[in-house]
Amino acid sequence: MSINDVILKTVSKAVVLIILTFGIYLFLSGHNQPGGGFIGGLVIASAFVLMFLSYDSETVSEALPIDFKKLSAFGVLLAMTSGVVPMFFGEAFLSQSFGYFDLPIFGKTELATVTIFEAGIALTVVGVVVNIILSISEDE
Amino acid sequence: MMNNILVLPMLLPIIIGVVLIFLRTYGRIQAWISLTAMAVTAGISFYLLYAIQADGIIRLDFGGWEPPFGILFVADSFAVLLVLTSSIVTTICLSYALISTSKELQTMYFYPTVLFLAAGVNGSFLTGDLFNLFVCFEVMLLSSYVLLTLGNSKRQLREAIKYVSINIVSSWFFLVALAFLYGTVGTLNMAHVAERVAEVGQTPLLTTISIVFLVVFSLKAGLLLYFWLPGSYSSPPVVTSALFGALLTKVGVYALFRVFSLIFYHQPEITHTLIGVMAGLTLIGGSLGAIAFNDIRSIAAYNVIIAVGFMLAGLAISTPAAIEGAIYYFIHDMVAKALLFLLVGTMITLSGTSKMAGMSGLMKNYPLLGWSFFITMLSLAGIPPLSGFIGKVLIAGAAIDSGSYLLLALALISSIFVLYSLLRIFKNCFWGETIVSKEEQLPLRRGVLLPCLALVLLTIGIGLGIEGLAPYVATAAETLLDPGIYIDAVLGIIE
Repeated sequence: MSINDVILKTVSKAVVLIILTFGIYLFLSGHNQPGGGFIGGLVIASAFVLMFLSYDSETVSEALPIDFKKLSAFGVLLAMTSGVVPMFFGEAFLSQSFGYFDLPIFGKTELATVTIFEAGIALTVVGVVVNIILSISEDE
Repeated sequence: MMNNILVLPMLLPIIIGVVLIFLRTYGRIQAWISLTAMAVTAGISFYLLYAIQADGIIRLDFGGWEPPFGILFVADSFAVLLVLTSSIVTTICLSYALISTSKELQTMYFYPTVLFLAAGVNGSFLTGDLFNLFVCFEVMLLSSYVLLTLGNSKRQLREAIKYVSINIVSSWFFLVALAFLYGTVGTLNMAHVAERVAEVGQTPLLTTISIVFLVVFSLKAGLLLYFWLPGSYSSPPVVTSALFGALLTKVGVYALFRVFSLIFYHQPEITHTLIGVMAGLTLIGGSLGAIAFNDIRSIAAYNVIIAVGFMLAGLAISTPAAIEGAIYYFIHDMVAKALLFLLVGTMITLSGTSKMAGMSGLMKNYPLLGWSFFITMLSLAGIPPLSGFIGKVLIAGAAIDSGSYLLLALALISSIFVLYSLLRIFKNCFWGETIVSKEEQLPLRRGVLLPCLALVLLTIGIGLGIEGLAPYVATAAETLLDPGIYIDAVLGIIE
């Protein structure tokens, strides 16, 4: 199936970029402000879904050679690992820590381990949502 | 904080399950890894059981957030006994899968899903937070949806649609009940809820909320609201239905025990009477179902329902002896139901039909299978040296002491129905004229009976070694009957 809708394709090129930026913004603002891995992941996934809608799935799969099933599995693994690591430091499972660092461009920045956990969640959400949409669209 | 070990019965299956997704194409390796993971989980829970017996209830506050603010796992003897049993049963079911399952099924994420199911079950047993209980339920249910539909037969799909819709409705009810409870007492930490309910007294509003919980868990456990159960438990592949029969309803029953012994125990004349009535009706309905069908898988499924009614009769009576009996029966039933479903599944594989009329004289060709079935039958009916006996005796004794003669009669009559329904299978399928000659019989795949034999040994072992189990069950019953112990362990002195 190939759709040739020039307007949709052109608009979605620009919009995907905006959605992705917004998704990453939501993800990063996560642990202190409204946002987080789940919501960020959903927004990022919606960008992927838009691409799959406006282009056909073969083209997108070529440009993005990602197995979304494995992506979600990797996400869970990442989130779990971030929970397990503190166990080796004598802390409770899922304990988080943070610190302030002076980075070259950003200046004084707060870095928190919870971001790793959130990243795992974001990847899981992206993988699962895209996977669901793709498997619905596959069988006609 | 050495309590981190508490999260492992849930964490280990999840991590291993996720790793197995990357090993999708290697069926046998997956089987061995998942088997090892569950065996290790069983080992860990054994250690936990031992530790709790020595030092009392253990809890783990995730991320160091102290209760009532954070989410936590609480391990008392009751929960850990169930975690231990379910891990052992899952290990044995996985070994059956290793031997008998088709390659096709193995590479379709079968093993990861079983591990996620085990994680959900263990998590539900261990959690000390009602919303977390909901999440663990969902982990378990989502895995069960996948397992139910794996294998693409038309019947499975039909039953799966029913199963999924009924569970989505009941999960929604669960959420509504949680919202009501949170709106009323302002917390979802089980111990904290229990404390507050005890402080304000169980007002009519709270009793109503408890009845919403009762409906939700009854749907999951198959207490009276079991109309969905026989179909969905009898359609999936052998291993899946064994896991379902052994574990899924037990989680609902566990939730009922926990909620109605820890939180809503102040109005037993309403709630516990209602549970008693429902248990009685479940016993009647299950018994009628068990003798009404000619399909051996349906008979096995109705036996699950009878057991649910039986355990909740114990909760309805709620004396120390009854609770102890129910805990023994819990452990026994996980083992015996897995065994029953595995044996029934093996019989169907061998004879190619699930109708009793299509089988006859299996005993001549497969004597070991026949005698395993015989022992299962005796164990489920509650014949003395086997594991079903002690639970039945204790519950029956408690029923006499508390004057619940109707429940007593129903419980005992239902045991006769269990015996009759299985005896019918035994007589029709194993005895009688052997239809298939020695040359034409399907060879029993080598080792297929080993997992069943392991379960047979377990049911005999539990029956004979009841003395060894007794102190743990006594502690579990004591904790269930005195909510103060649980509340103190969670909210008491914070180090």
